[in-house]
Amino acid sequence: MKKFSNIPFKGTPEQEAQLRDWLRQNRDMQGVAMPALQKAQEIYGYLPIEVQQIVADELDIPMSELYGISTFYAQFSLSPKGEKDISVCLGTACYVKGAGAIMDELSKELGIEADECTPDGKFSLSACRCIGACGLAPVITVNGEVYGRLVPEDIPGIIAKYRD
Amino acid sequence: MKSIEELNALRRASRKLVALRDGITGTETYKYHIMVCGGTGCTSSNSEKLIELLKAEVEAHGMQDIVKVVRTGCFGLCALGRIMIVYPEGVFYSRVEPEHIHEIFEGHIVGGNPVKKYVYSETLDEDGNVKPLTETDFYRKQVRVVLRNCGVIDPESLEEYVARDGYQALAKCLSEYTPAQVVSIVSQSGLRGRGGAGFPTGKKWSFVADGPKKYIVCNADEGDPGAFMDRSVLEGDPHCIIEAMAIAGYAVGADQGYVYVRAEYPIAVHRLRVAIDEARREGLLGRHILGSDFSFDLDIRLGAGAFVCGEETALMTSIEGKRGEPRTRPPFPAVKGLFGCPTAENNVETLANIPQIILRGADWFAEMGTEKSKGTKVFALGGKINHTGLVEIPMGTTLNEIVNEIGGGVPNGKKFKAAQTGGPSGGCIPASLIDTQVDYDNLISIGCMMGSGGLIIMDEDTCMVDMAKFFLEFTVDESCGKCTPCRVGVRRLLEKLDKITEGKGTLEDLDELEYLCNYIKQNSLCGLGQTAPNPVLATLRFFRDEYLAHIVNKKCPAGVCKALLSYTIDKDKCIGCGLCAKNCPAEAIVRTDYTAPGHKLASFEILSEKCVKCGVCMDNCKKIKAISKR
Ligand SMILES: Cc1cc2nc3c(=O)[nH]c(=O)nc-3n(C[C@H](O)[C@H](O)[C@H](O)COP(=O)(O)O)c2cc1C
Ligand code: FES
Repeated sequence: MKKFSNIPFKGTPEQEAQLRDWLRQNRDMQGVAMPALQKAQEIYGYLPIEVQQIVADELDIPMSELYGISTFYAQFSLSPKGEKDISVCLGTACYVKGAGAIMDELSKELGIEADECTPDGKFSLSACRCIGACGLAPVITVNGEVYGRLVPEDIPGIIAKYRD
Repeated sequence: MKSIEELNALRRASRKLVALRDGITGTETYKYHIMVCGGTGCTSSNSEKLIELLKAEVEAHGMQDIVKVVRTGCFGLCALGRIMIVYPEGVFYSRVEPEHIHEIFEGHIVGGNPVKKYVYSETLDEDGNVKPLTETDFYRKQVRVVLRNCGVIDPESLEEYVARDGYQALAKCLSEYTPAQVVSIVSQSGLRGRGGAGFPTGKKWSFVADGPKKYIVCNADEGDPGAFMDRSVLEGDPHCIIEAMAIAGYAVGADQGYVYVRAEYPIAVHRLRVAIDEARREGLLGRHILGSDFSFDLDIRLGAGAFVCGEETALMTSIEGKRGEPRTRPPFPAVKGLFGCPTAENNVETLANIPQIILRGADWFAEMGTEKSKGTKVFALGGKINHTGLVEIPMGTTLNEIVNEIGGGVPNGKKFKAAQTGGPSGGCIPASLIDTQVDYDNLISIGCMMGSGGLIIMDEDTCMVDMAKFFLEFTVDESCGKCTPCRVGVRRLLEKLDKITEGKGTLEDLDELEYLCNYIKQNSLCGLGQTAPNPVLATLRFFRDEYLAHIVNKKCPAGVCKALLSYTIDKDKCIGCGLCAKNCPAEAIVRTDYTAPGHKLASFEILSEKCVKCGVCMDNCKKIKAISKR
């Protein structure tokens, strides 16, 4: 179950203006709700209730419907990510090549489970499906940067690189 | 471009851009073409850096008019990435490191001699001469129809696509064929959908009902984890999909198309966007294409991480901007699809065949493959296999050829155990059936399915019960929740497998598993639920002994299921150093009073009732190897 996080919302007026502009320009697009939430997540990094409310107002779509969409798709996040978001591919190719052990090692090293954020807000950990780099299995991404052909022993070194 | 003449003029003018790569010399503007793979695999290992360094070398030597550096799509041999091919010789450099670039450039481009130590070893003969890539085991049996441009052209260049006959098929349709004729050519070719179900494409197009507004939808959701065929086509040859969708639009009378791409594929989305913009600028999309009465335009919609959205009706609901839940069929999309209008929905790979079928004819296509499965199929080879990557082979190639010849066999001298096809909806082919000719019907006859092309190879270290559990965890996560058999039933299946892998299963559980599987298959609303039990049924059929080992002997033969493992110390190998005991988080390791002959210290033992099976002791005993798991 996805839950709204209780970390206070810190959106800026610039972000809001950017989102409202986009919504006003595209409000007539067929099936606009999905692209709108994708845009909002691109701007804010996640979809807190305040942001979904802006989308609902501008597009005149009931909040309940938007909430239904944002909780249906795995990519929409209702809580903020850490400064460094680490994502472990648990696709089939990676799983067969030992992605489970990589996930365990990350969890041990960071002291958090999947879908959690470290208390200092530095790292978050999540699992994802095949990112298409199966040739490099098992793979993880750190803020989109890919690390492949991993063994658990590689993990502490990678984390250290991002610690500060 | 306003006419076919203009298209042909561009083709003539562009031929020299790519001729060198087809082995034609004499017309080229550049003496050397350096092709660097910019597919997701190689980009992930930073092939961008190679391009940067190469461009700097070109500049430093003032060779801008002699050397062209091209970023291409995937060559297929992802296991050897970063990959670079140099024409005119077609020399294949593998695992290229940024540090090699200077040496390769000096030796090969400036000096004229390929730098053999970085050349892929299988492309060197006994005398050390470089031979063409097409003569290696990996490529010899492949036939490239869908992937014909991947790795050969710059996907962001319309000229290069046009130079290799791009948009000629569309021109041919517009000038020579009626829409009905196009449908009939596709029907005659015998092309079947590559998205999984294998439905005849011509037939699907012929079913599209009349109406004022119709749509073409391209399914690029590619949800099977471990599959990347469609992504590679979009990354390596995006114009081909645009052309094919325009042809489909002409054939069924649609003027708008959508490509639904999963958001995890940023490179594919970017290249497709670039291609659509350029096609639009050049009048290959939009109103009155090539001076005809036909108008067609395209838009991209991004998925947001929901496997069920690969199912055609759920995909359309998602494009409509709603929760991606499937709808009951009938009405079928051909009658009532996107926004309630008649819609033809096809997979990326299916579409990629269309331009070639139009250009080379239905008979040419129908000659490839088996009686009921024509043409080629692209597979993404992954898992325990030497040549991880992308292969395109004629239908009917045996699994043995795919695994042992093209794929280069299983690494580390391990034994091939099974191949998983069709992802979470599919089944597995055991080693005993390795001579199966891979086509739609043969796979179905052994309780398996073609699926979209993910082919995961497993060796003796893979536990088949664990594998089935892995796929069920996936489907439990991805079930949209609309129908009960899928939402609740698959979860029950998973609970049973959990029980079995924990050593608490009974023989009755096996019967109940089978009963529940069949119930879910028959009663689920969409393909997700209807196929979710397949991995369980297939493993039960071919690997029942492994289930029995878990249930009766309480053992996991592959040594994967944690609860059934036990770690033991070989008391005669143990040197008594105590490293294991010191690092054991559960204090489960104690010293015995036995000292092995020739050793100074007494050996240790593991107390099974305290052991949490974390494996730390085994890691700590890597040198002596006195600890083993079973
Ligand atoms: C759960 C589920 C997931 C699917 N995922 C995909 C997919 O990722 N890509 C795809 O092309 N087809 C997928 N399909 C098949 C589509 O429903 C559809 O049959 C196919 O796209 C039709 O195109 P084709 O006739 O060209 O194969 C999926 C089906 C189901 C039931
Ligand atoms: S399964 Fe991990 S990248 Fe494909």
